Amino acid sequence: MNKKNFTITLLILGIVITLFAGCGKNTDRVTINVYNWGDYIDEDTIRDFEKIYNIRVNYDQFATNEEMYVKIKSGSSKYDVLFPSDYMIERMIEEDLLHKIDLNNIPNYKYIESHFKNLDFDPNNEYSVPYFWGTMGILYNKTMVDEEVDSWKILWDEKYQDEIFMLDSQRDSIGITLKMLGYSLNTIDEDELEKAKEALIEQRPLVLAYVIDEVTDKMVAGEGALAVVWSGDAVAAMRQNPDLDYVIPKEGSNLWFDSMVIPKNSEHKEEAELFINYMCETDVAYRNADYVGYSTPHIEARKKLDPKIRDSEVAYPDMESLDNCEIFHHLGKDLKLYDRIWTDITAR
Amino acid sequence: MNRKSIIAYPYVIWMVLFIVVPILLVFYYGFTVDTGAGAKFSLENFRRFFEPVYLMVLLRSFALAALSTFICLLLGYPLAMILASKDFERKNIMLLLLIVPMWMNFLLRTYAWLTLLEKKGIINSLLSALNLPTINIIYTTKAVVLGMVYNFLPFMVLPIYTVLSKIDKSVIEAAQDLGANSLTTFKKVIFPLSLPGVISGITMVFMPAVTTFVISRLLGGGHYKLIGNLIEQQFLSVYDWNFGSAISIIMMIVILISMGILSKYEEVREGGGLL
Amino acid sequence: MRKFLRRFYVFLIFLFLYAPIFVLMAYSFNSSRSRGAWGGFTLKWYRELFRDREILTSLKYTIIIAILSAVISTILGTAAAIGISHMRKVPRSLVMNISYLPVLNPDIITGVSLMILFIFANINFGFKTMLIAHITFNTPYVILSVMPKLKQLDTHIYEAALDLGATPSYAFWKVIIPQIMPGIVTGCLLAFTLSIDDFVISFFTTGVGVSNLSITVFSMARRGVNPKINALSTLMFLSVLILLIIVNVRMSRDIKAKKQREATLI
Repeated sequence: MNKKNFTITLLILGIVITLFAGCGKNTDRVTINVYNWGDYIDEDTIRDFEKIYNIRVNYDQFATNEEMYVKIKSGSSKYDVLFPSDYMIERMIEEDLLHKIDLNNIPNYKYIESHFKNLDFDPNNEYSVPYFWGTMGILYNKTMVDEEVDSWKILWDEKYQDEIFMLDSQRDSIGITLKMLGYSLNTIDEDELEKAKEALIEQRPLVLAYVIDEVTDKMVAGEGALAVVWSGDAVAAMRQNPDLDYVIPKEGSNLWFDSMVIPKNSEHKEEAELFINYMCETDVAYRNADYVGYSTPHIEARKKLDPKIRDSEVAYPDMESLDNCEIFHHLGKDLKLYDRIWTDITAR
Repeated sequence: MNRKSIIAYPYVIWMVLFIVVPILLVFYYGFTVDTGAGAKFSLENFRRFFEPVYLMVLLRSFALAALSTFICLLLGYPLAMILASKDFERKNIMLLLLIVPMWMNFLLRTYAWLTLLEKKGIINSLLSALNLPTINIIYTTKAVVLGMVYNFLPFMVLPIYTVLSKIDKSVIEAAQDLGANSLTTFKKVIFPLSLPGVISGITMVFMPAVTTFVISRLLGGGHYKLIGNLIEQQFLSVYDWNFGSAISIIMMIVILISMGILSKYEEVREGGGLL
Repeated sequence: MRKFLRRFYVFLIFLFLYAPIFVLMAYSFNSSRSRGAWGGFTLKWYRELFRDREILTSLKYTIIIAILSAVISTILGTAAAIGISHMRKVPRSLVMNISYLPVLNPDIITGVSLMILFIFANINFGFKTMLIAHITFNTPYVILSVMPKLKQLDTHIYEAALDLGATPSYAFWKVIIPQIMPGIVTGCLLAFTLSIDDFVISFFTTGVGVSNLSITVFSMARRGVNPKINALSTLMFLSVLILLIIVNVRMSRDIKAKKQREATLI
């Protein structure tokens, strides 16, 4: 590189940086920091919130509960609203990382369906407001499976060798095995876990892949016959490939929630509550549910949805049928049992 | 000449602050266990690692990384030679083109490989349209190796290229004048001269390949746990930072020893009186 | 024939490197959100991309961080490589071995340990911390690229320059730097590339409101990456390509002009 080129490069560099630096505006507006799952909101609702309340929103995204937790726990980042899942909320309450939410400031809380109040992880509705919920079940391709699917046992059927997708997640995969065996998916009983481990080792040769995020794409493409998926993804997959169907096995399954909480180190609790209340406005909740496609706990928002989704058994199953579904609990130190088992299964 | 080492000092200070101190933290975690009432010195984490399951994971990671490094060298060396040869035009552009794919997001590239390699993927659709037998390497170690080679190949080619591009052409001509055929010229002259580049390349491919885990998770179908998966799991799923740190200390030691052997080899060659 | 074989080999390798890129570009025009099905041609992801403030801000940070960290680590690393090569054996191998650590440590270890360090040092998380982290993991790659060139260096030329009356700094800039330039350029390229593609370390060392593209993309993994990202990648790729073509055309024009000048001189 000669001198002239070098100068030109430096010049371009300088211009680019000043251009970009000019984008950050400083205003006197209050700024709240919101931390949510990636692509889990209709972003226009945030823009509207900013306009209506004259509050700026810094919107960041995370990939897993665990990564989010490490950042909150270490105190490296101060957020005002988070969207963790059930077991993580339980853990954060236990470790005193969350503020209590004053429900008087969330009048729209009345729209939340009563089934989704007083949940195990937050028994007195003190810390969290549900955002989306769902179940876990089997997504299967009707052209490849012509028997009735109603039990987790089908994932152990040798007929479907190399046609099965399992989840590459300790809690979920061991959890459904425990359910199949008739145990609780929160068990820490070593005998029960040992049996689950044996079952999973036995299943291993049948499994095409242990996947985590791209499973719906694969099922849509017809790469496998059976897969363990979350209900929200099942809805999306079934819309794109009508051969697919979803079932919650009769042995019971996992019921999950992603809820809004306010972390303890938030400096704008009032504005955070304003934001949470705004998220529960019927129109906003509807737009988010429509964009994300997951099941909303908001009664009025659900009514506004496309009838195909609103009345879908997959997205909104009968509440009574979910009686044998459990929510994950935070297991603390006992998580190591699960880790050891999972390593024994997948590392051999 | 030693006065000149001063210009390395800014980096040395940086290194102490941002590499050595964090590594000391890793050692602190590795040699302690969390008793609930505070940390306590212990070798428990290391003892735990020497169980067959974990050793097997370590071994597998090394084997796959070594294989990928070897393939990168095999594919990359000729490419570097062609790019460096004097009748090849537009070297700089080609070099840039070599690395531009890596500017696209890693996750997207790996997903794209899934689309290509899947049972009903693009490659297999093409093959069956041509009435050729389909290939089934998705979710096997072959796919993992392919993913590693794909992601690390430029890291092998570039350092070799930079070294080859400035080898004194007269040395090669001299060898040919003295009657050496091209194979001998390569073996006795070109390759030894390019060795520093090769070793840089091996380092830049092998080290990150040992610890990669996204490739094995996506292309290997989660069937093949690697050491990177294990460490990640300890940090994020189980929150056992102590054990996670211990695993990475063991891995560091093993890799540094193997790199030490490699650089010994390099010094022997250097001292061996080539030029 | 030999030339053809060589070109064919280069073509094959580039096909291997670019096949997935073409696939991901194709999916930016897929009207179905899923990778699993082709829903027909659309440009809607491009429209949505430009309305997405989060993606555009993260693009901005990605580029700034990549450029800054590449430039700084190239300077730092080149100086370091030259200095290290003049060290005695023991400190040299000590510094080199420590430099390997960011290369061989899994990202999660580097990321988390830097995060703990920043917390201890009470530095505010954000742009600064992310930049420091990127420089830290980039610099060793620069050193590794420059080192082989230094080993190749012909010290006689440098000494000859000194003998002919050049000051050490003049000889340094005019003799040593040009000789190791290919290594510096390679190192800078690698640094830029690594910075653009880093997820884990960035995630743990960044703060509120500052994220790069990788963080945005990986955060979408659970729900499937939005094709907007494919659209963005396509645009990035095309702009780089156009830039390259422009540079290429200008360069060959310069070469031609130079040749003509030389011809007229003769």
